[in-house]
Amino acid sequence: MKSIAAISAFALMLGSAAPVLAQSSKVPEGTKLAADQTFTYWMQDDLKTLDPDLSTSKDGNDVLQQMFEGLYQQDDHGKLVPALATSYEVSDDKKTYTFHLRNEKWSNGDPVTAQDFVYAWRRLADPATASQYSWYIELMQVKNAHDVIAGDKKPSELGVKALDDHTLQVTLDSAIPYFRQMLVLSSTFPVPQKVVEEYGSDWTKPENMVVNGPYKLKSWKIGNSIELTKNDAYYDAANVTLTDLKFIPMQDNDQALTRYEAGELDFVQTPAGQYPRLKKEYPDAAHAPPRSCVYAYRFNVGPNGPEALKDVKVRKALSYAINRDIIVDKILKGGQKPAYTWTHWATANFKAPDVAYADMTQQERMDKAKELLKEAGYGPDHPLNLRIMYNTSADHKKIAIAVQQFWKQLGVKSTLENYEWKVYLDKLNGQHDFDVARTAWCADYNEASTYLDVNTSWSDQNSGQWKNADYDKLMKDSKTAADPQEDYTKAEKILAEDMPLAPIYAYSLPMLLNPQIKGYPFDNVQLNWYAKNMYKVAK
Amino acid sequence: MIVYILKRLAIAIPTLLVLIIASFLLMHTAPGGPFTSERAVPPEVLANLNAKYGLDQPLWKQIATYLWNVVAHFDFGPSFSYKDRSVNDIIAQGFPVTLTYGFLSFIAAVLVGVTLGVTAAIKRNSWLDYLAVGISIGAQVLPNFVMAPILVLIFTLSLHWLPGGGWSFDDPRFWIMPVIALSTSYMASIARITRSSMLETLSSNHIRTARAKGLPKRKIIMRHALKPALLPVISYLGPAFVSMITGSVIVDVYFTTGGIGKSFVDSALNRDYAVMMGITILLGTLTILFNLVVDIVYGWIDPKIRY
Repeated sequence: MKSIAAISAFALMLGSAAPVLAQSSKVPEGTKLAADQTFTYWMQDDLKTLDPDLSTSKDGNDVLQQMFEGLYQQDDHGKLVPALATSYEVSDDKKTYTFHLRNEKWSNGDPVTAQDFVYAWRRLADPATASQYSWYIELMQVKNAHDVIAGDKKPSELGVKALDDHTLQVTLDSAIPYFRQMLVLSSTFPVPQKVVEEYGSDWTKPENMVVNGPYKLKSWKIGNSIELTKNDAYYDAANVTLTDLKFIPMQDNDQALTRYEAGELDFVQTPAGQYPRLKKEYPDAAHAPPRSCVYAYRFNVGPNGPEALKDVKVRKALSYAINRDIIVDKILKGGQKPAYTWTHWATANFKAPDVAYADMTQQERMDKAKELLKEAGYGPDHPLNLRIMYNTSADHKKIAIAVQQFWKQLGVKSTLENYEWKVYLDKLNGQHDFDVARTAWCADYNEASTYLDVNTSWSDQNSGQWKNADYDKLMKDSKTAADPQEDYTKAEKILAEDMPLAPIYAYSLPMLLNPQIKGYPFDNVQLNWYAKNMYKVAK
Repeated sequence: MIVYILKRLAIAIPTLLVLIIASFLLMHTAPGGPFTSERAVPPEVLANLNAKYGLDQPLWKQIATYLWNVVAHFDFGPSFSYKDRSVNDIIAQGFPVTLTYGFLSFIAAVLVGVTLGVTAAIKRNSWLDYLAVGISIGAQVLPNFVMAPILVLIFTLSLHWLPGGGWSFDDPRFWIMPVIALSTSYMASIARITRSSMLETLSSNHIRTARAKGLPKRKIIMRHALKPALLPVISYLGPAFVSMITGSVIVDVYFTTGGIGKSFVDSALNRDYAVMMGITILLGTLTILFNLVVDIVYGWIDPKIRY
């Protein structure tokens, strides 16, 4: 017995010394792989849950999409590729989708069935689950979602049905052109009904958790780490190269950078302003791909907002006066781009309208701003006073100070108000108690409506309470349009003309990625990465 | 003695009750709630969340239900922000970690602190005194959020001896920096208290008598001076011990240990009422308990105190 153990230990050693084992089809031939295929990933905040139906964060989505497979995924360029849904049909009215599912197994050996999707989606909407992301299924327009969430209909009345084990049928309240794009998010993943029912909220503990993706949960210690390891029951396990994934939560960027430099992390976001220095120091590791989020200053035009901001001239003047180039080039310095549209420039198929102020020089913008403000009746003898609200953070503060200075040149006096996160959110979305507030929005799916829907009069996210009938109509029409892109461009045009918010910059993700790690999708604007497509080469 | 202990424990119950109710009310008056999020949640979803966690009930009922669950079932409820973890889970995961590095820090602080203090007192105004006082003042003025990055810079980035963060119960290399970062300021306080109280004791009557009897210096110090000199140190150690074993947010955050120090602060930021209450009760109970222990030790050391 002992000798067998010794031999197998020896074989293991050999294996790790020279990993010339069968390589995944995703690894180019002749690549020398590292012996240790662990990818250690930094995340800013700890995950609050590993339950797909309850998850609400981008980091949560990043972890969950390693453990679960939904109907679709994205490729390296953000294009839709099938995951479980090998094919689909859609009815003529575009309201009924029928998905055909691949034969796959849960990590406990049970087959993954259409019923698992039905269960998961009902659970997402069910008031008893009380998911903070239940609105997503409403956004997907799944039939009766609104009433189920509100408790007016039973979860079983949700428009999702298993025709057989491998056929899933979804009915929508109204057709939306980007329905399939929405199915990439972790909120739409299947969950193993038997396991969830058996263990309740304990089902995501490492000893209970059952998954259908390439990695399974090894451990989760709050404030310390989440560890995943390769799931051998995954149908395509032969083509999975990275064996272990570690997620380390660290709020402080600088500290995370130290850990990267110590070789303890493979990925870290660079602290604001440090990208140029790091790019020089680590040319192979530093990248700044675009990331689908936009930073903006929202004007409160609602009943609690100041009278002055109800005047479009004032809003335009304030927006024009912001020197976005200085913010991007002198403060952030990490590949961000000035934004003149609310939709991120790299969003799939999005065509930005001709926005006049985008093409002016800053001097022209400033002159125009002064003119507009004067027309609105503000000037040295009638100065405009505003409050700028942001949540406590060094980066938001830097930008707020810069904006304060830009506006000072207009003769606008602004005071900075920073609040702790929850207080800020309460003032922003709850009380609407602010003049101008910093906000940001990140895409849920790679399509412009994820941004534009925010500004509709019925949106819960419209914190400035701006209402525009034309805009609402365009967004409504876009849902049924053959090509909604035209409506999106028009909607952006309205935003530029009515300026309910001043877009400031389009995000990038300035990062250091261990150059040994290959296969990270830099061209995917949502930066949805799948570890199964990645690998670590030898030094 | 027994009667005294029982009396103290009896007083502890209303104290804890006041603590629980006060923190409960304070927390609920903070703006924002556990479910306020960047994505504004539709009202019907918020209603579901409030119903699930009992936040739709009147406040007095919430407190009553909470107290009943804690007392009758020792159940601190589900966490409001960590959706698939209970407060008991979070404490069970984090407390052993903080307990480990906190206890080690305590031992280190006491050993080094008392040694420095006693040495400084005996060798008063010598270079040893100046060195000991210098070390303790240095340690006192260097806060742990400055110390932690310096330690990482030296031991991780330059010398490559220790991991820059993380935690393992099996590998002491993970413990060293948290212990140094946590213990130094306590060590400094202990050294200063020991030194001044030792100096005072050394000039007291019973030591003069011992000297006059011709006892050897060593014996005087160990036998007659140390015990009374440690009394003020001990009253400091009770609360210090509690705050050390319940961890430090700086240590937890900087070294990603996964201890409850970070959970405590996060719970306040997240308005995670349940975790916040759970850790408050834990802290409160430990504080009351160790104050009692200190008083008992007092009685044992100081013959003048009898209960």
